[in-house]
Amino acid sequence: MSVEALSIDQLEEKAKVIRRHIIRMTTEAGSGHPSSSLSATEVVTALWFGGFLKVDAQRPDWPERDRFVLSKGHAVPVLYAAMAEAGFFPVEDLMTLRKLGSPLEGHPNMKRLPGIEASTGSLGQGLSIGIGQALAARIDGTDSKVFVMTGDGEMGEGQVWEAIATAHKYQLGNLTAIIDQNGYQQTGATKDVLDLTPFADRIGGFGWHVQTINGNDMSETVEALKVAAEVTDRPTAIVSKTQKGFGILPLMEEAGDMNFHGKPLSPEMAEKALELLA
Amino acid sequence: MAIGELSGLELGQATRDAFGEALKELGASYPNVVVVDGDVGNSTRTEPFALEYPDRSFNVGIAESNMVSVAGGLAASGKTSVVASFAAFLLCNAYDQIRMSVAFPGLNVKLVGSHAGISIGEDGPSQMGIEDVGLACSLPGLSVIVPSDAATTKAATKAMLDCQGPVYLRLGRPNVPVIHADDCEFEIGKSIEVREGDDATIIANGLMVGMALDAAKLLADEGLSVRVIDMHTVKPIDEDAIVKAAKETGALIVAEEHLAHGGLGSVVATVVSRTVPVPMSYVNLGDCFAESGDAAGLLEKYGLTPAAIVDAVKKVK
Repeated sequence: MSVEALSIDQLEEKAKVIRRHIIRMTTEAGSGHPSSSLSATEVVTALWFGGFLKVDAQRPDWPERDRFVLSKGHAVPVLYAAMAEAGFFPVEDLMTLRKLGSPLEGHPNMKRLPGIEASTGSLGQGLSIGIGQALAARIDGTDSKVFVMTGDGEMGEGQVWEAIATAHKYQLGNLTAIIDQNGYQQTGATKDVLDLTPFADRIGGFGWHVQTINGNDMSETVEALKVAAEVTDRPTAIVSKTQKGFGILPLMEEAGDMNFHGKPLSPEMAEKALELLA
Repeated sequence: MAIGELSGLELGQATRDAFGEALKELGASYPNVVVVDGDVGNSTRTEPFALEYPDRSFNVGIAESNMVSVAGGLAASGKTSVVASFAAFLLCNAYDQIRMSVAFPGLNVKLVGSHAGISIGEDGPSQMGIEDVGLACSLPGLSVIVPSDAATTKAATKAMLDCQGPVYLRLGRPNVPVIHADDCEFEIGKSIEVREGDDATIIANGLMVGMALDAAKLLADEGLSVRVIDMHTVKPIDEDAIVKAAKETGALIVAEEHLAHGGLGSVVATVVSRTVPVPMSYVNLGDCFAESGDAAGLLEKYGLTPAAIVDAVKKVK
């Protein structure tokens, strides 16, 4: 069953643990997307350890479980860290990230790692997959909930908007979308590359329930997930405004790169990061 | 002259019609089957199923990308998803979704592409799936079936629902001749010999099987004994039947309503070149988009005729 719900203080501590895992595993791998993982850490931590996501590490294929689909698949270190902390596999395995033979691939692969709910990495598909899972729960009459996390750059994919319209058509009250709006994508600020903000107005325009929060604030995050759980007559979205690399921002400032996209911290930088997150 | 007329075959249902009937019938005993439609259910013939089983049918509108990933999500939660659209829109519009939401995770999604080939006629090239088989065959783990008539389409529909994993089923719009008995044996990956012969073998699928039989009849009149194989499954290919035909008849002709690249011809040639290299020739659409027109006229103009198959046989015999 789900891990016992932690208090806000405990969740904040857990988020630190997860951030340390993210830093360690990506530096060990020598590649990956730590900054994209760090922005999403409060939401993932709150979902997995705040009593919102009903999963069972002993039975990852339990039909009535909730689903968490990480559509922004490049941020998978945050998910692996949460899964390890939840007992899906030993914490030591995190250090096999991206290595030959490890099921902890560079992007989520549901075929190789029990507990991964969708194979993502080609952006834009996760919300549609989540809709399929939400429809299946409806057919089966289970109370499974589906949580999908997208990136803000990912919202440029037209398929996401097809999915938003479809979720409204079927009034999927068991579906929650979380947009990790960390403000950056591969080549620069999302507002400069392809600006689809304000997300709240646009998604709300499709008939969804929408909340906007500071997604790096644990209390706000937990509160938003509580509100989302109460919305059962239509799909609900949480526009989670975050900072890419939250937790190691001083180091990114020092490096002169507030995006820090798709690169690991050097061993020296990682050491400083672990001190910051101690 | 209608396809199959030379060989005395009766005209039967279109493969899309046979699929629609079978899907609705099977719906009763396969409660796990769900259908996802991109607002063309009355063309792909998923509509009768949707009317009978509205709670497990989803028309997600004209949005093929989303449609395929939704089907993947349903399958990830244990459903057997049937997702249907025109072959061109399904394979070409939603290819990345087929790759990432279906094939890569190996989910139990049955992709059904209707209106394949140029025989859809007047609607023209934008609607004609002529590259779909090549695209489908390129994806690891995806089985590809191109049935020739109503009986094998119905059998293929059941077979794909019975097997675990992703399948692409290619269907046509026009009525096609009856090639197989209603109770024919059908197994994914196992071809069916529909005419015996020793001098050469025509390997065909889809509506080209009827034409191949017509061609074999014409060649018989000239004293050539030509085998015809209905290669309804392009992937996994029936390698044994190909090797046997190459050894026993010494020449192979591959006929398909598809571009030259990536389809049945390419797949058979790959097998032949590394097993029993024999002379081969091909009847297909070459490397071009077709045009609007009546189906019979298009097939004639683009070289998909019994006469073209006869010529192809003579090239290697």
